[in-house]
Amino acid sequence: MTEVKDLEALFQARIDAEQKIEPRDWMPEKYRKNLVRQVSQHAHSEVVGMLPEGNWITRAPNLRRKAILLAKVQDEAGHGLYLYSACETLGVTRESTIDDLLSGRAKYSSIFNYPTLTWADIGAIGWLVDGAAIMNQVMLTRTSYGPYARAMVRICKEESFHQRQGYEIMAVLSKGKPEQKAMAQDALNRWWWPSLMMFGPHDSESAHTAESMKWKIKRESNDELRQKFIDRTVQQAEVIGLTVPDPDLKWNEERGHYDHGEIDWKEFWNVVEGNGPCNHERMKARITAHENGRWVREAAAAHASKKTKKKQAA
Amino acid sequence: MSDNPNNWPLWEVFIQSKRGLEHKHVGSLHAADAEMAIENARDVYTRRQEGNSIWVVKAEHIHASLPEDAESLFDPADDKVYRHPTFYTMPEGAKYI
Amino acid sequence: MNDTRFTYTLRLADDLLVLSHRLSEWCGHGPVLEEDIALTNRALDHLGEARNLLQYAGQVEGQGRSDDDLAFLRNERQYRNVKLVEQPNGDYAHTIARSFLFDAYHLPLMQALLKSKDEQLVAIAGKAVKEATYHLRHSSEWMVRFGDGTDESHQRAQTALDDLWTFTGELFVEDDVQKELEKAGIAPASGPIKAAFDSTVNEVLKEATLKRPEDGFMAEGGRDGRHTEHLGYILAEMQYLQRAYPGAEW
Repeated sequence: MTEVKDLEALFQARIDAEQKIEPRDWMPEKYRKNLVRQVSQHAHSEVVGMLPEGNWITRAPNLRRKAILLAKVQDEAGHGLYLYSACETLGVTRESTIDDLLSGRAKYSSIFNYPTLTWADIGAIGWLVDGAAIMNQVMLTRTSYGPYARAMVRICKEESFHQRQGYEIMAVLSKGKPEQKAMAQDALNRWWWPSLMMFGPHDSESAHTAESMKWKIKRESNDELRQKFIDRTVQQAEVIGLTVPDPDLKWNEERGHYDHGEIDWKEFWNVVEGNGPCNHERMKARITAHENGRWVREAAAAHASKKTKKKQAA
Repeated sequence: MSDNPNNWPLWEVFIQSKRGLEHKHVGSLHAADAEMAIENARDVYTRRQEGNSIWVVKAEHIHASLPEDAESLFDPADDKVYRHPTFYTMPEGAKYI
Repeated sequence: MNDTRFTYTLRLADDLLVLSHRLSEWCGHGPVLEEDIALTNRALDHLGEARNLLQYAGQVEGQGRSDDDLAFLRNERQYRNVKLVEQPNGDYAHTIARSFLFDAYHLPLMQALLKSKDEQLVAIAGKAVKEATYHLRHSSEWMVRFGDGTDESHQRAQTALDDLWTFTGELFVEDDVQKELEKAGIAPASGPIKAAFDSTVNEVLKEATLKRPEDGFMAEGGRDGRHTEHLGYILAEMQYLQRAYPGAEW
């Protein structure tokens, strides 16, 4: 009988050698738990993330934008599904994962607790929120758990148009009527800071970072990813004539990065703890959909089992 | 399969992207029956023209080898180098072989 | 003749645009993630079909109106869709039954349009037939699941059919527009489409153990722009940005 200690050493050696961990491999319980937490949180974020954007599908300003938005929100549903699938390989059913969300035990990205007030918010979400998410997701294509990494490869491939369509919306608005440009600037003002918060607390404050890095679940730290995002996005804002709402934002020649102002962490924790502008509505929408869907799921299952019985009898 | 009728069984999905290629595992999904599984697979896994044919298999019907058996299953192939064409020395000048 | 052809094309387009709008309301709220994705696919299919038809309608009219102009700048009385497609989503049985009744009409219509003397309509129908075939398969299967599934689902599906049946007569209306284009070989005759609709409905409902409602009073008016009150709200929502910022680019 191999000792757990030896198994752990073997496991870590495999990770250090950049080999993927596959579902049936031995893994430390903490690794599994850490992954379940992260992957399910990621899945919930995709699904809850459909709501703020879905809010504008019926009001999209032209048929092209409507088709793009529908396809994009549908992609989010698909991505949620890929991630729930990855979670199932860790031995947790979709049902129990969703129960965790609906009962409030599991979290999802706080960004989706902000409201989409104007059409420009659809642009800002694509550009900033998807832009921030992509930083994280590209890193995760190299994550140590095989099914998670494969899901991320698929997701990254599909996401490549998401950020572009958002930036295009912002670019068109910025060139449009003064009211449209103001709409775009207002959206940037409201979404900038919450987007930076998406990368999570500073490395020094982050509860899971060290362990996740050791196991190569995460491969770059919160602060590193955040910095990368800022450096890219500031330039993009300049190109379309919008101003990033941070008076302390300044290019630092020595570091080769932008310095930026401090994030309002009080707001961050407030939203995480459930007091964001839309926490309540988002959960209510998911619970309602789940409850209203119950009889539908039961009907399909009942029909399937009757059909099987008929076949067996024949 | 879960006893709760509210939970549809899990299906593994295999997609053939082009005629002539093999069906490749792409992921899983939930469906009440096989028809629904195929339709869902079409919507979930072929939104960008990835598909030419779909297989779905109930996940419970898949049996997998155990990682701890990997050595005994696969290492014996290690020393059978004569199964590879590069093992053989061909006379210089011989063509099309 | 061009006027009637314009009106006829709008009828085809508006059915799809309004139904797409209704289906898109489900996005993010479906009964299960897989079905959420399926419904959105339908919404996208219908939207694409509607755009092709609206673009063509604009060409037929010849006044330089784009698909967007026709979608966003016509009012309630200028929309030509049947009342069936503007009915609210209700529960999932209503949504599926509405699509099923529409699909059972739409597929044979698109198949028949393949023989139209209007080449553009033939081309548009050519693409739509494939999608419509899938749509009918999807909605038929769900009707059977509901009818055969549980007592609750059976009851809900029957109620939905009973509620929506009054809107099916309008699908086969024989008015001047229809007759004129039928004579010209552009619009297919309603008779055979109604026959195909009847046989699909009878077959699927039989398998689903659902009762085909009696043909009672049939609602009409949508084809002439006299709608139910629902359409006004759909357009108010759909057209809001175009109306609030006239002439803006998006």
